Amino acid sequence: MISKFIFKHRYLLLRRAVQISIIFLYIAGNIYGWNILKGNLSMGKLFEVIPLADPYAVLQMIFAGALLLWDVLIGAVIVFIFYALFSGRAFCSWVCPVNIVTDTANWIRKKFKLDKDEWQLRFSRKVRYWILGLSLVMSLIMAVPVFEFVSPISMLHRGLIYGMGFGWAAVLTVFLFDLFVTKNGWCGHLCPLGAFYSLTTSKSVLRVYHIQPHCTLCMNCKNICPEKQVLSIIGKESGYINFGECINCGRCIEVCNDDALKFSLRYIKKEKEG
Amino acid sequence: MEKKKQKNLSRRKFFIKSFQAVGLSVLGGLMWGAYIDEAVSAPLVLRPPGALPEKEFLKKCIKCGLCVEYCPYETLKLAKPGENLPLGTPYFEPRKVPCYMCTDIPCAVACPTGALDTDTVSDIEDGKKVLNINKARMGLAVINTESCIAYWGIQCDACYRACPLIDKAITINYMRNERTGKHAYLVPVVHSNHCTGCGLCEYACVTVEPSIYVLPRHIVKGKAGQHYLKGWETEQKLQMIQEKRSRFVTPRSEKSPLEYLNEGDLLND
Repeated sequence: MISKFIFKHRYLLLRRAVQISIIFLYIAGNIYGWNILKGNLSMGKLFEVIPLADPYAVLQMIFAGALLLWDVLIGAVIVFIFYALFSGRAFCSWVCPVNIVTDTANWIRKKFKLDKDEWQLRFSRKVRYWILGLSLVMSLIMAVPVFEFVSPISMLHRGLIYGMGFGWAAVLTVFLFDLFVTKNGWCGHLCPLGAFYSLTTSKSVLRVYHIQPHCTLCMNCKNICPEKQVLSIIGKESGYINFGECINCGRCIEVCNDDALKFSLRYIKKEKEG
Repeated sequence: MEKKKQKNLSRRKFFIKSFQAVGLSVLGGLMWGAYIDEAVSAPLVLRPPGALPEKEFLKKCIKCGLCVEYCPYETLKLAKPGENLPLGTPYFEPRKVPCYMCTDIPCAVACPTGALDTDTVSDIEDGKKVLNINKARMGLAVINTESCIAYWGIQCDACYRACPLIDKAITINYMRNERTGKHAYLVPVVHSNHCTGCGLCEYACVTVEPSIYVLPRHIVKGKAGQHYLKGWETEQKLQMIQEKRSRFVTPRSEKSPLEYLNEGDLLND
């Protein structure tokens, strides 16, 4: 029974473990002086040597007109290459701590049956791309990286590492918005960081693969997916989920009872398509 | 006909959507901009050593907190939401924990973006960069002579003793105490050409609210203007002579006024 539960939530549990470990290592870096990860998710150092930087934050800084040191530029390139070439938009589901907040909101929605239409303020998922564009234009005009001054993501991870202050209010806002206003409202509709990764990671190696002959059209995957539109090929044809919006959370794979979905390595493993 | 109508409708829809998006973007942009404008203004904030001028600093600081982690005295902290300072940027409050001016400046060295620029706190010695924390200009100490008890005539030199640049950044001035007629005032004086703004004086000050405190330099420093020169200081005297020599010459100002007036017969002109 327990082993079945674990199997049915294997990626979810793994994701939580990864998310919490990363934040914990950053906290330990600050409090106990551990050298594994120092800094935070905006900019960190792995083993005090390898720089890791948020490419979207760096992009805003470049738009703001900052001439940056190589350290942060190399860090941004390393992170960008990892997501763009290998893992897809996995930052959102495997690293970002806001994901835990919004997933909790989603879980409550399910438990208390708030998933009906009357609990949905519908608006386009493309709004995030407008916010992304706007943030770059605003960074150029205001000469500061504008999203970094309002981002609930960095307020949360920075808060967990260096002290929250009133940062919990921003996190609560995201939680309540996702719970009562729009399902996946923050991560799937508004967040410009997610939008940035959506636009840049669709060509990654790690992708969810659909085996159409196994599919019984039960739609479990579409019900659980936070970015439903990416599952357009379900039941129609075998192939990779090609959309950058897919966060590679693996929820669809877990809920599938027919082995019709799996993680696969595009370009490396030869899967049947079409 | 039907097709054309459909096309027109979709075109109409496209324009409506576009204009709505533009409207919302401008609305959002203005609100966002207004907020940022307020959020980045913190005229009294004290930055770590080597920090670029505030505007440049805010452009470059990625708010990673590495300077905070490498500060051995827990002097530096990141501004939290609710503190009314630019969010996530490092600062310090000398009355709580001053900057102890580490000679290896770990905070500035740790900065990955260049918001803390080690060049501004280094000397070049034999073509090599050598860190020099004494070049830091985090702020400037100001003395409130009304509440400073040394200015009352009570003997106190806490700030002077605490100053890491003792006898340079803070000196003691002797003055006659006219009130008693037989005592001296021994009053501290801050010198801006040496003060780093570390705040050890503010931390050491014995009054309930500090009577010496660090403020950003641009807030404190006045400016006399270039036309005021101290003729009694060699360097500025030389400058005066130079300026006289390089004056713009007209036929009338060729000679000195005295020569000009005494020469020739003025009445004949």
